[in-house]
Amino acid sequence: MPLSTSSIKVGTSHSAVVVDNLTRTQIVQYAGASGDFNPLHTDEVYATQVAGYPSVFAHGMLTMGMTGRMLTDYVGDGRLTQFGGRFTSQVWPGDTLTATATVTAVEVRDGVAVADFDVVTHNQTGVAVFTGSASARLD
Amino acid sequence: MTASQFPIGAGHIMVFARAIGDFNPVYHDVDQARESEVHGIIAPPTFVQASAQYDPDYPLRPQPGVPWFGSGRTPTGKPPNPEPATTTQGSGSERSGGTGLHAEQHYEYLRPVRPGEVLTLTLRPGRTWEKQGRRGGLLYFRETVIEYRGEDGELAVIARSVGVRTEQTVKD
Repeated sequence: MPLSTSSIKVGTSHSAVVVDNLTRTQIVQYAGASGDFNPLHTDEVYATQVAGYPSVFAHGMLTMGMTGRMLTDYVGDGRLTQFGGRFTSQVWPGDTLTATATVTAVEVRDGVAVADFDVVTHNQTGVAVFTGSASARLD
Repeated sequence: MTASQFPIGAGHIMVFARAIGDFNPVYHDVDQARESEVHGIIAPPTFVQASAQYDPDYPLRPQPGVPWFGSGRTPTGKPPNPEPATTTQGSGSERSGGTGLHAEQHYEYLRPVRPGEVLTLTLRPGRTWEKQGRRGGLLYFRETVIEYRGEDGELAVIARSVGVRTEQTVKD
């Protein structure tokens, strides 16, 4: 169900675990769906032996996509008007990510009720892997 | 180079939603989606990133007759490319010694994207800047804006990405 102006206020926060123990297979699924087959994400041999990383790691856009799921589950389908942010740390196989939206504004703009959110996704050690913001139309 | 057109497929939306772990029926179930607030299947918010599938020259997908830099008989199929690839869809690619990564992504949504429509893409380069990194030497940032328009010519989504290229492998 979409959010309504009466159900939130500035400071209201919503969190969801968006992946528990990220698998290499899910990273490869994302490669196949998005079209980004960079071996840094899909090829453990290349990532470790050529690029010098400890393993493959997730596409930043996989983290953002999973974070978007938290948002759309919270605000409702087709309600986002803006969503963006920065990839602040790498996400590795085995990671568990928790995405959080915190209301920063609830107001009427051009006759439409809108909420703004700070968005942050943390890994299991508390490191922020994605930080950004979003806006959504409310009921 | 970037895709100039992005035909939106229902199957593509379904596999993309699965890949991000989102099993919301509005992304795959025709009947439930029809009864929802958006009256039909729509694409998840980050789906337009998958327009890379329709970029004929996308450097992060193996191309016919071109050696791929991932592993096969050997750990890499070709030496690293000394020239920075233009990653129009904003994702990273490898460089000689350094690493290109996706630093930021921002979307503005004018309306939902739906299966069956064909979006037309317009790409424009944004700002470029440099910054001293804490761990990876000098960082080179490049911004790209892609506008996605429907068949009526009206904007559906605006995507602004920032790519960063470093001089050394990023150590986490």
